[in-house]
Amino acid sequence: MADETKKTPKLDELEKGPWPSFVKEIKQARKVNTMCDDLLGQLETSYEEKKGHWKHGGIVGVMGYGGGVIGRYSDMPEKFPKVAHFHTMRVNQPAGWFYTSKALRTLCDIWDRHGSGLTNMHGSTGDIVFLGTKTDELEPCFAELTKEGFDLGGSGSVMRTPSACVGQARCEWACYDTMKLCYDLTQTYQDELHRPAFPYKFKFKCAGCPNDCVASIARSDMSIIGTWKDSIQQDDAAVAEYAKKGMDIQKDVCDNCPTKCMSWDGKKLTIENHECVRCMHCINVMPKALRPGKERGATILIGAKAPIIQGAMLSSVLIPFVPAAELLDTIKELTSRIWDFWSEYGKNRERIGELIQRVGMANFLDAIGLDPVPEMVSAPRDNPYIYFKKEE
Amino acid sequence: MAVTVEQMAEEMYEMIKEAMGKKSFKATDLTKAMIAKYGEGEVSKDDCKHAIRILIDSGRCVYSYFGGSFITLPHKEGAANE
Repeated sequence: MADETKKTPKLDELEKGPWPSFVKEIKQARKVNTMCDDLLGQLETSYEEKKGHWKHGGIVGVMGYGGGVIGRYSDMPEKFPKVAHFHTMRVNQPAGWFYTSKALRTLCDIWDRHGSGLTNMHGSTGDIVFLGTKTDELEPCFAELTKEGFDLGGSGSVMRTPSACVGQARCEWACYDTMKLCYDLTQTYQDELHRPAFPYKFKFKCAGCPNDCVASIARSDMSIIGTWKDSIQQDDAAVAEYAKKGMDIQKDVCDNCPTKCMSWDGKKLTIENHECVRCMHCINVMPKALRPGKERGATILIGAKAPIIQGAMLSSVLIPFVPAAELLDTIKELTSRIWDFWSEYGKNRERIGELIQRVGMANFLDAIGLDPVPEMVSAPRDNPYIYFKKEE
Repeated sequence: MAVTVEQMAEEMYEMIKEAMGKKSFKATDLTKAMIAKYGEGEVSKDDCKHAIRILIDSGRCVYSYFGGSFITLPHKEGAANE
């Protein structure tokens, strides 16, 4: 335990205000772990100098794995020896982020023994993030984690830890079992998760409905978003009940429909289901009256990424509808073709979406053996990448 | 198969060793090199994957990260503090 704690006037400012403060939490943690005191000291220095003091490690990891550990070293080890090594470990989260309190205690106890005790629940990839340990502690920590049934997640040019919304475990809108699909993908692609073999990272995210609570359309190379093929299920009595209780159905529901496929005559709500684009707005506003249809499955989309090398991209439709029961097999077949093409033609650090942009969607579809379909076009006359041959 | 997985692992190791400090190889680079050398009908991507696995699991090679992930010989980390 540190007898004298480092003075951090700049960081102290971040404790003010009604919101949670990471500074406050790290200060709590330094009462039991001296790494946290040096961490605060180094961070305060960075705030003073307006300069980061972390160096990126390249080869630290556990035996056999190429991902799961992100090396970090202080560039001021003499001044802050306790954070001379401060590696991050990514631990594969359970699908849907469900834990028992026992599992959480187990994780925290392991990290108290081997690291700073600081965690990030969860990182943007979805993993449980353990912040700060020494190289010598990596293998013992990994051994304890695996003994308790946990595994490391992905980092580097691998398939990153797949993530999923809570799906059918808690959400009535889920159109397929997201947690099962996420688990199946994780088990199927263990090699791709732990042994980097790609030009760059590849992410799967499984969203149960078009609300897309895991932001798969913005954050994953392959987004699997639940949807339905038939009509929205409608309970007219419940619609009338909403109106009776004061909901302005015209203003709050119909006028906000992006395709204007709904009309309200003051008594009856009519939906032109063939015009519906599954935006979920009406279902979210009137959950007791409207529900997704009964013929459920998912849309598979490709190519999203956050801005790193190039700007942010949203994923676009690859397969408009796959029945729920056929999802895993379809994804496996499709993924194998996509990864083959990407491995062959992708440049170093080129995401699949960027490759598609570079070679053109038509060539990409041709290479993976998919025919263009109208659902791949975001708006009429708005999409330049699909050309039909004269004879068609 | 004209060449065994173990032989390929050895050839990959030699490639990595010779290029050490000059060029880094990704798993796909090693796979493409083996297929180019022996022909697609003679070695498969899975064979190459197994060869890489032999190198990594034996500790003769390690994964490294510098922008992307590469396969390299074990060495002292440049950024590491004693």
